[in-house]
Amino acid sequence: MVGVDEVEWVENRIGRMIPRSINGEELTPYCGPFSAVPRNDRKHGPRLGYIADQTNEVIATLGAAIDRVGLKDGMTISFHHHFRNGDMVMNMVLDEIRKKGIRNLTLAPSSTFQCQEDMIIRCIKDGTIGHIEGGSARGEFGRLVSSGKYLDRPMKIRSHGGRVRAIEAGDIRIDVAFVGAPSADELGNLNAINGPSACGTINFSYVDVNFADHVIAITDNLVEYPNFPMSISQEKVDYVVVVDKIGDPSKIASGELRVTNSPTRLKIAKDAVKIADLLGYVIDGMNFQAGAGGISLAFNEYLHKLIKKKGITAGWAQGGTTKFLVDMLKDGTVKKLITGQAFDMVAIENMKNNPNHVDLPIGAYANIHGKGCTVNKLDVVVLGATEVDLDFNANTATMSTGIIAEPVGGHSDTAAGASLTIITIPLFRGRFPVVVKRCTTVVTPGETVDVVVSERGIAINPRRMDLLEKLKHVKIPRDMRICTIEELNRMATDITGSKVEPNWGDKIVALIEYRDGTIIDVVRNIVPKYYDDAVFVDREEREVS
Amino acid sequence: MKLRRSRLYVPGNNPKMIPPAGLYCSDVISLDLEDSVGPEFKVDARMLVSEALKVIDFGPCTEVTVRINPLSTPWGKWDIEQVVCEKLDGIYIPKVESVEDVIQVDELVTRMEGRKGLEIGRIKLFATMETAKGIINAPDIAKASKRLEGITIGGEDLTADLGGERSADGLAINTARSLILLAARAAGIQAIDTVYSDFEDEEGLRKETTMIKKMGFDGKACIHPLQIDVIHDVFNPTQEEIRYAVRVTGAIEEARKKGSGVIALGKKMVDRPIVMKAERILARARAAELSIPVIEEDG
Repeated sequence: MVGVDEVEWVENRIGRMIPRSINGEELTPYCGPFSAVPRNDRKHGPRLGYIADQTNEVIATLGAAIDRVGLKDGMTISFHHHFRNGDMVMNMVLDEIRKKGIRNLTLAPSSTFQCQEDMIIRCIKDGTIGHIEGGSARGEFGRLVSSGKYLDRPMKIRSHGGRVRAIEAGDIRIDVAFVGAPSADELGNLNAINGPSACGTINFSYVDVNFADHVIAITDNLVEYPNFPMSISQEKVDYVVVVDKIGDPSKIASGELRVTNSPTRLKIAKDAVKIADLLGYVIDGMNFQAGAGGISLAFNEYLHKLIKKKGITAGWAQGGTTKFLVDMLKDGTVKKLITGQAFDMVAIENMKNNPNHVDLPIGAYANIHGKGCTVNKLDVVVLGATEVDLDFNANTATMSTGIIAEPVGGHSDTAAGASLTIITIPLFRGRFPVVVKRCTTVVTPGETVDVVVSERGIAINPRRMDLLEKLKHVKIPRDMRICTIEELNRMATDITGSKVEPNWGDKIVALIEYRDGTIIDVVRNIVPKYYDDAVFVDREEREVS
Repeated sequence: MKLRRSRLYVPGNNPKMIPPAGLYCSDVISLDLEDSVGPEFKVDARMLVSEALKVIDFGPCTEVTVRINPLSTPWGKWDIEQVVCEKLDGIYIPKVESVEDVIQVDELVTRMEGRKGLEIGRIKLFATMETAKGIINAPDIAKASKRLEGITIGGEDLTADLGGERSADGLAINTARSLILLAARAAGIQAIDTVYSDFEDEEGLRKETTMIKKMGFDGKACIHPLQIDVIHDVFNPTQEEIRYAVRVTGAIEEARKKGSGVIALGKKMVDRPIVMKAERILARARAAELSIPVIEEDG
């Protein structure tokens, strides 16, 4: 693990200290949301394939497929996360690789879930996995990374768009991409709308299959050739492995999809809709994205009602799609839906037969070094955050204790792209203030955040003079309070006290890479000090078997 | 005009629910010591509420009240002794059946105001009738005290007392509602309706609120912050109503300038009830800080 004394530090644009280089890799400090041009001239290219005979590509066992593609020590493997907490593919593959004694792999998933933690931790501890690229780490996996004990190189935390950029630029070179496919034929035409493990889309794998040297599809639903639609087509896929089960359908549509019933959080959602309206964004043809957290879903519902009441129609909505968005599509309050991930069965079903509901490669959604992405056309995006600070920087990667815990998703991508970026947060969670002087870790720079909505007040980023000017000319309802971010911070800390800095150690455990490949922040290891950190050590030392 | 469209009940023994209660901007907050607090928590709730009244800022748009226990219980008297303070705007008295029930509270409050050095008479009283006896005595009760600014009806208890059933059409309590309204208007005070218990049923709440607004009620109690916006939405005059009211008052002004005794709006004569209604709508709109347009009549 890289010690903080072993590197030379340089300050980036938002005042965070960044190493000039790590393990010989030169790092570029973050220099503004649209400032960094691609470092490489051309995209990284995958290996050419060749078709030896006319027979099918179905291979009896996963182990044989891994042997055939020649997976070796030190290679990079990738996965998509569309099966969410019901995923069985990653565990199956890692277990097979472990048994083969292959070591020091780089794991480059688009994201990970709790159901994979035990296996990932086991593989890190026995040396099967030596490095983590991209996605995020939560739960026990995040704690393990934050302990700084097992991985030699810092993990890279990237946004959805940032991961695509890194793969295309060759920063991540995938040797073998494993693609869980809800439906496949013998030559590897894949889709995600049919079969017992249907998850709507497998678009997070589109970039993987285009840039990986080898692709192994794993399915529990082999259908007659040719499989339609060909979301991923045969020329990208080396082998198809048929197994009993690739996912648990009851967990693929995860439990996140409840509108919050907390009155304060409902107020936050309602005020977010109201402020977007007051600022003139709720108009005919508006495009928006709201996630699948409780507040975001409530935002979606309130926005739906307001759009109906005003008798207007939204242009399109995108992101993780849910029943709430599908409802809007069905009653005509939104014209088109773009799915990044399908979060519930209603969305998955709707994708099958609604021509106005499509998925999209993640590069087309958020890659800043592509040639066009939908986030740039967003009028309004509503996001959450673990912390927001006085510069409007947002943290979505670590807890206030400094432990890596949250997926960053498309947070920084959409914030940079959307005309109006709203962060909705309660002023405090448990004993921690959420509006803080300085974020524990920065994922999304404040210059891309416009409005912070909390239950006790709404702060507008002073960089957005135009928004402040607009608010001067509208009547603020008396149940809404416009204030400064400093006031929000004071209201929060009046109750919780100031944030206590985590007890950082002297090793660098993760680099937060901005969507353009520059480094926006660094996460250090945590040295146990407080009570909850003692719990952290106990759990971390626990042998996973 | 004091708006009392919505009155939010907050359980008095829940320290988590009390501090954010003002965020939702109901017109009235009732920190409850009575039905939402079990007998074993009565003392705790009283301590919590009297402390909360001193330190928590419920915001500028909310009238802060406490629903005490009836004086016939062992807690009622102590409730008044402890909660009377500078920040308390009013007291809701439950299960009122007679004029004495109000007078006794009035006397105790006056005594406590004196003892604590507060302005005498500032704390308002509101009486809730929840039994047949209370409803029948409502006309007298409504005039029982100068502090009394409104009377309300307790739907659940009353239904039980009458032996009826709670239903969407309000059959069991609608007569009582009318009596409360008549008593309030005769005494020149406000009439406030009971709660709608299913807080997830927005349509049902909207229907019931529309009905009681049409009857003439000034407001409605609520048990969940989600209900506040719906109630305000129903009670707020619509833009058309406001526009019409502005035109009516404009016509009066015009007639006065001309020294004419007859008021006409377009080709229609405007009589006194229409003027009164227009004035009430404008008063409501002003109190709710709704925008009031300026309308120039041509011709």
